[in-house]
Amino acid sequence: MIEAANNAKKFTETTVGRNCRFTEKIAKSVFFLMTLTMVLPLLLIIGFLFYKAWPALSIDFVLELPKNGMRAGGIWPAFLGTLYLVLISLVIAAPIGVMAAIYLNEYAKENWFTRIINLAVINLAGVPSIVHALFGLGAFVLAAGLGRSVLAASLTLAVMTLPVIIASTKEALSAVPMSFRQASWNMGVSRWQTIRGIVMPNSISGILTGIILQVSRAAGETAPIMFTGVVFYKAIEKGDLLAYGLLDQCMALAMHLYTISTQVPNVPDAVPFATAVLLLGVVLLVNALSIGLRIYLRTHRKW
Amino acid sequence: MLQRSKYKVIREVLIEWIIRICGISAVVFVFAIFLFVFWQGKGLIFSGDFDFWKFLTTKEWYPASENNPRYGVSALIAGTVSVTVLAMIIAVPFGLGAALFISEFCSPKLKETLKIVIELLAAIPSVVWGFIGLTIMNHLIMELFGAPIGLTVLNGAIILALMSVPIIVSIGEDALQAVPDSYREAGIGLGVTRWQMVYKVLLPAAKNGLLAAVLLGVGRAIGETMAVLMATGHAVHIPFDAEFPFLHGLDSVRTLTATIAAELGETARDSSHYQVLFIIGILLFTITFAVNLTADLIVKGVKGK
Repeated sequence: MIEAANNAKKFTETTVGRNCRFTEKIAKSVFFLMTLTMVLPLLLIIGFLFYKAWPALSIDFVLELPKNGMRAGGIWPAFLGTLYLVLISLVIAAPIGVMAAIYLNEYAKENWFTRIINLAVINLAGVPSIVHALFGLGAFVLAAGLGRSVLAASLTLAVMTLPVIIASTKEALSAVPMSFRQASWNMGVSRWQTIRGIVMPNSISGILTGIILQVSRAAGETAPIMFTGVVFYKAIEKGDLLAYGLLDQCMALAMHLYTISTQVPNVPDAVPFATAVLLLGVVLLVNALSIGLRIYLRTHRKW
Repeated sequence: MLQRSKYKVIREVLIEWIIRICGISAVVFVFAIFLFVFWQGKGLIFSGDFDFWKFLTTKEWYPASENNPRYGVSALIAGTVSVTVLAMIIAVPFGLGAALFISEFCSPKLKETLKIVIELLAAIPSVVWGFIGLTIMNHLIMELFGAPIGLTVLNGAIILALMSVPIIVSIGEDALQAVPDSYREAGIGLGVTRWQMVYKVLLPAAKNGLLAAVLLGVGRAIGETMAVLMATGHAVHIPFDAEFPFLHGLDSVRTLTATIAAELGETARDSSHYQVLFIIGILLFTITFAVNLTADLIVKGVKGK
């Protein structure tokens, strides 16, 4: 009897152990709650935006021109302007960014100079967007003589989003195993041929992910384009896809949201909410595409 | 012996040089940003009647005054500092807590989902955040605190906190992942609980990386423009005083970034008001540069690893 009781006692928990388990539980739930407080408001806010925007949301809202001093009608000129800015900045930033990443990952040696380049990339990503606007105004609008135009705004956006492309391309390139390159070099293939024939084809989808991220970033930015080419209002014709020239000024979705929510009085509630939902929808959709591509890649990797 | 044609060799050399030039593009752009912003503001700096110390320490910001324009940015700096500090008081514990939860306490599946949500949170454009501050948060603060207007330090700080949490979480999580698994195994092998392991082993080991994550969050908060422009109420005002609680969260303020965004469109080119906005730009560039440099030095050490 006594022996059995002693055996049972051996496996009961000590106070120390119970306290430990208790603290563990508390720590875990506190951290979980903290995460939840960050994620939950996001879902609530997005839900609320949709709820408020619902009355105004339709295909016509995207394709119509603004009417009545932007208090009614649609957002077509702004939507088209954003499309222009995103595409042109993409055409400028993508080649430079990808090649910069190729240099950093394939050519650069580990020395102080490479460290400075990496530091510059981080800093370029950290420069406030309004300072990018000042730079765009000084460099592209005034010094290069482009005036306030689609091109000047796109160039500013391109400089701003360059670090996004560099960082993600570098990651994609460094995921290609070193042995692939060594095998290629051992066949007498030159460095550039290896990059083009082996490294790029094996990382192209990763590079694409970064480029898609650049699109989402460029579509949402307001401050850098404010003084470099985007205006409050510009009259264009409905359905005209080639409405803006390179040296014209244009409208943009993000700027349009700022304008109608702060500068124009008496706008019915649903219009700015619908614009916000549309902008948010475009950005999140593009992002989701990039995330989806990344997940697909990870599950279908060949090595 | 098989020889490549001369044309191909020349082409390859050319391409490699283009790659090298693109490689240093980031350095070129960082210098160019500083130079061009400085170039626009230099007229006023070298004009003789610009006193940099007075610029930093006086609080009278009357740039549009006809007879006596005064450029004192201390109230604007106070605006930026108050919003940033309050945002960090909210964001740092939540960000680091979420990073710990995602990295150490949750199942792999939940981890994937949370990382995606955090990434989407980071993608929301700042003008949409500003719009949320202007509409939803504005009403909430007016109703909860009975304030006459909801566009305040608190509003801007909550918005900024939500914006900088994703950075703190993702970089903090990277820092935690960088701690070798053998550290964790050694701890678990001694029979400690997960929380003891996190508290005694992981946090000391990852503290530099976590500090860098916080600094990058601070950098983002200082540089944010549209959200604070729309959410903080736009009054040039110092929200501090000497008595408790020191910081008045329900005052309206204006930040350095918001001032540039709001006033640049209305100034004549090369007027002194125009130039002083570019000087504020240089100030912002310098601050964020210093913050990012510090973060990099903390992570990699002075010599670099």
